[in-house]
Amino acid sequence: MLDSLISAFTLIFSGEHFLFLLFGVVMGIFIGILPGMGGIVGFSILMPFIYGMDPVSALAMLIGLIAVIPTSDTFASVLMGIPGSSASQATVLDGFALAKQGQAARALSAAFSASLFGGLFGACVLTLIVVIAKPIILFFGSSELFMLGILGISMVGVLSGDSFVKGFLACGIGLLLGTMGSAPATGEWRLTFGSYYLFDGLKVVTIGLAAFAIPEICDLLRKNKTIATKDEPIGKGWLKGLMDTLREKWIVIRCAGIGTLVGILPGLGGSVVDWIAYGHVVQTSKDKSNFGKGDIRGVIAPESANNAKEGGGLVPTILFGIPGSGSMAVFLGGLTLLGIEPGPALIEEDLQFTYVMVWSLALANVIGAGMCFAISSKVAKITTIPYGVLAPFMIMIICFAAFQVTRSIYDLYILIVLGAFCTLMKSYNWPRPALLIGFVLSDTLETYLYQAVQIYDWNFLTRTSVITIFVIILISVFLGMRTKKEKTVTHSVKVSDLFKLNLETVFLGIIYIFFGMTVYDSFKHNFLGGVFPGAISLIMFIVMTYTLFFNQKWLSKALNSSYSLEDTKDMFYAFSWIIFLVVLVSLFGFIIGIVILFFAVMKNKTEMPLIKILTITTGGVALMLLLSHFMVLDFPSGLLQEYAQLPWPLK
Amino acid sequence: MFKKFLAIVAALMMSMTSSFAVDFSGKTVTWLIPFGAGGGSDKWARYYAPMLSKALPGNPTVVVQNCPGGSGTKCSNQFAQIKGGDGLTIFGDSGSSKFPFLLDDKRVQYNPTKWPVVLSSATGGGAYVTSKTGYKTSADFKKLQGKKLKYGSQGATSLDLIALLAFDMLGLQVDAVMGYKGRGPARVAFERGEMTIDYQTSSAYFKVIQTLVKDGKAVPLFAWGILDESGNIVRDPTFPNLPSFVEYYESVHGKKPKGPAWSTWKTFFASGFNGQKMVYLPEGTSADIVKTYADAFAKVVASDEFKKTSSKRLGKYPQATGKAAVAAQKAAFTIDAESKAWIKNHLTKNYGVKF
Repeated sequence: MLDSLISAFTLIFSGEHFLFLLFGVVMGIFIGILPGMGGIVGFSILMPFIYGMDPVSALAMLIGLIAVIPTSDTFASVLMGIPGSSASQATVLDGFALAKQGQAARALSAAFSASLFGGLFGACVLTLIVVIAKPIILFFGSSELFMLGILGISMVGVLSGDSFVKGFLACGIGLLLGTMGSAPATGEWRLTFGSYYLFDGLKVVTIGLAAFAIPEICDLLRKNKTIATKDEPIGKGWLKGLMDTLREKWIVIRCAGIGTLVGILPGLGGSVVDWIAYGHVVQTSKDKSNFGKGDIRGVIAPESANNAKEGGGLVPTILFGIPGSGSMAVFLGGLTLLGIEPGPALIEEDLQFTYVMVWSLALANVIGAGMCFAISSKVAKITTIPYGVLAPFMIMIICFAAFQVTRSIYDLYILIVLGAFCTLMKSYNWPRPALLIGFVLSDTLETYLYQAVQIYDWNFLTRTSVITIFVIILISVFLGMRTKKEKTVTHSVKVSDLFKLNLETVFLGIIYIFFGMTVYDSFKHNFLGGVFPGAISLIMFIVMTYTLFFNQKWLSKALNSSYSLEDTKDMFYAFSWIIFLVVLVSLFGFIIGIVILFFAVMKNKTEMPLIKILTITTGGVALMLLLSHFMVLDFPSGLLQEYAQLPWPLK
Repeated sequence: MFKKFLAIVAALMMSMTSSFAVDFSGKTVTWLIPFGAGGGSDKWARYYAPMLSKALPGNPTVVVQNCPGGSGTKCSNQFAQIKGGDGLTIFGDSGSSKFPFLLDDKRVQYNPTKWPVVLSSATGGGAYVTSKTGYKTSADFKKLQGKKLKYGSQGATSLDLIALLAFDMLGLQVDAVMGYKGRGPARVAFERGEMTIDYQTSSAYFKVIQTLVKDGKAVPLFAWGILDESGNIVRDPTFPNLPSFVEYYESVHGKKPKGPAWSTWKTFFASGFNGQKMVYLPEGTSADIVKTYADAFAKVVASDEFKKTSSKRLGKYPQATGKAAVAAQKAAFTIDAESKAWIKNHLTKNYGVKF
C-alpha cells in the first residue's frame, strides 16, 4: 500500500500530469465561481477530451476539477448570496450576512481554510479507508439510509428560526415539492398539472436559486446600495478568518467527518451535506442567537464538510462502481472511457490509480485554496460595486444558470414562481433552509422507507442499527432544544385577522391550498404511489388547520411579521425586474433580453452617462458569449427566434 | 462528335457530383444522446464517435451532445422535429427510450420506425440467485419455485420489464422492489443480502458477479442469449457456459416457451437487448446521406481498431449495419396488437401501471 502511495505521488509529478492537474484546478475554480454550476457541468465539458487520454493525466484533471469546486463556489455564496453550487447553499446564510457587514474577507478566509482542511481530511480518509470500506458501505442499507434521512429532517428543528410551526410547515412544502414527478415505487407522475416539464420533477439547483438568490437580489435592488453596507476596508480580516478556523478546529474536524461519511454513503446525495453540517453546528452550539445573522461558525461548518465529501464520494465510486452523487455518476462514465473499470479489482490490482486520485485530491485542494486566497481580495470588491450595476449581472447569471438545468424556457418560469414564493417567505420570516432540507431529503425518505418496508416489513424499525441511529436523533434533537429560544410573541392575532385581506394572509392561503391540493392529488394514485405525499400533505393540512383556526398562540407565531405594505410593494417592484427579463427572453431570446435589461436597470437605478452604460452592457454580453462558447452551453431562445432566422449570437 | 463529347463531359460530371455528393469536410456532426453524460449510451457513443469521424467522407468532427429528460422521450421528440436533415445531426437511442414508444407513453410524439437506421448494437446480460437459496444447478429449480425472491428494480416499464417477465414465465415468485437508481445499486443490495435474485449486463457481470460466483455467494441461472439471423434466441458467445433463457426454460419446464407472454417477451427482448442501441438519421434524409453513414459504420465495424478494442468496450455482440440494422429496427418496433394489450394488462395487474 505504501509503495503504491509513493509511486503514485512521483507519477503525478512526472511528465505533463501535473499540468493537467493544474488545468483541472483552474477550470474547477472557474466553474465553482459561476453560480448554480457544479461538477456535473464541469465533467460534461471535459468528457469529449478524455477519450484516448493518458489515464493518469485524465484522472489528475478530473479530480483537480471536482476537488476545488466546493472551495471556489464560496465566492458566489458569500459575496452575492447566490449558492455557488448545490453543496454550498448553507454557506449563504451566514456567509452573505457577514459580507453585508463588510466582513467578506473574513468569511472567505475562514471558508477557504476550512475547505482546505476538509479536502485534506477527505483525501486522508480515502487513502486509509478505501481498502477496507466495503463492509461500511454494505452496512448502510435502505433502513439505515432512511433513518439517516430522518436525522437530516430533525435538523429542521434548529433551522426553523423564530417559530417552529413555520419551520415544520416549510419543511412539509419542501418534502412535497420533492415528490413532484415520477413516484419511486410505481413510476406514476405526481403533482405534474399535466405539464411534461414537471414529469421529471424539480431540480435542487432551481430550488436553491429561487430560495436564496432571488430574494436577496430583490432585497438589494430595493435598497439599491452596495452589498457591503459598512465602510470597513475589504482587505482586512484575512488573518481573522484564518484564526476563526483555527479556533473552531473541533467544528472543522467534526464537520469534515460528517462530510466524508455522507460522501461515502451512496444514496444520500451531495446536496444535503452542507445542511447536515450546518444543522449539526447549530444544534451543538450553546449560543445560537447569531446564526443566520453572520456567525462565522455557520460558514466554517458547511465549507469543511462539502470539500471532505468529495474524498468520501470517491469510495463507493471506486469500490462498487456506484456513484454517490450526480457528478460522481459522470466521473464514473469518464473512468470507463479511460479504460479503468471501477470495482473491487481496481483496489486489488490497480491500487496505484486510486492513489493517483488521492494525491490529485490533496494537491488540488492545496493549490485551489491558495489560488482562491490569491484572487479573493480582488473578487471581494464586488461587494462595493453599486447595486444598480451589479444587479443586472446577477439577474443575468441566475437566469443563465437556471436555464442550464434542463435547457427549457420552463426552467425560467419555474424559477419565477418559486422565486416569488421564497421572496414572500423571506419577507414573512419563514425559514427557507427548512424548505431546502425537506426538498433534498424527500426522495431519500420516500424511496428508502418504501424499500425498507418491502424488504423487512415494518420489523425494520427493530433492527439494532436503526435503533442506534434513532437514539442519535433523540440526542441531537435534545441538544438542539436545550438552548433554543422561541421568539416571544409581541402581539396577539385573532382568527378574524385571517380574513383581513393582505399579502401575508394570501401567502398563508397559498400554502394551505397547496397542502389541500396535494392531498387531493395523492388520492388519484395507487396506494404505493400516493401514500407518501398523501400522508405528509394530510399531516401538514391538519397542523395548518389547527394553527389557523384553533390555536391562537400558534397563529400569532405564524402570522407575526412586522412587514409593512410599503415594504411588500418595494419588494415586488424589485421582483418585477426578474419577471421583466424572463418576459424579454421568452419574446426576443436571451442576448437581446439582457441588453434591454442592462439598459433599463442602469438607467433606472444609477445616474451613469449613456456611454458608461453602453460599455458595461457590452461587457455583460461579451461575458455571456465567452461563457457559452467555451462551455458549449446554449442560451434560451424566444418567440422571435421561432419566426426569424437570426445570425449568431442572436439565434 | 461534339455532342458525344458533351455527353461524356456531362456523364463525367454526373459521376463526379454523385461520388462527391456527400462530403463533410470542415463540418461538425452532432450526435444526440437522450441520456446524461457518463451513462451507458453516452459511453457507447463516445466510443464510436472518433472512429465514425475517421470513416465519414471529409472526416467531420463528431461531437456527442447529451439532452437528457423524460426517460429519453424529450430528446427523441426534439429529434423527430427535424425533417430531411443534412446529415449533420444523428441520434442514438437505447432500450429504455424504445419502451415508452412500444407502451404508448403519452409523452411520446415520435415514431422511430420512420427514422433511417445506420447502426444497431446488441448487448446481453446474465441472471443469478443468491447461494442461500440452496440452488446449485438447474436440477435444483424446485428449490427456487416455492421461495419468495426479491429483485431490486428501476421500474416496471424500464428495461427490467424483460427480467421480471422472464422470471414470471419461469414460474418464480419474484417481488420487485422498485426505486433503485440503476442496476449498480440493485447489485449492492444483492451483495448486502437484501435482494436474492438479480441480473446484470455483461460488463458488470464479468467485473463483479463472477467473483461472487467464485466466492460461493451467487449462483448463475442463465444469460439472455442473442438473436440469430432467423430470429431464434441462441446462446450468447460472451457467456459460452451459461444456457440461454430459452434453453433454461426448456430444461426446467421440459417444453419450449410459447403463448402471448413469450411473443411479448421476444419483442421486448429484440428492443431492449438485441437492438438496444441504434443510430438514426432524421426522417426524410436523402438516400445518399443514409448510404454514406451506413457505409461509414460498416467501415468502422470492419476496422482493425474496432476489432482490437470492441470486445472490451462493447462485449462480443453483433454490431449490425446496413440491411441487418434495418432488420433489427423492424424487430425492435414490431409489436402486434395482441401482445401490446397483453403486456399492458400484465403491467397494470401486477405493478399498478396506468396507461
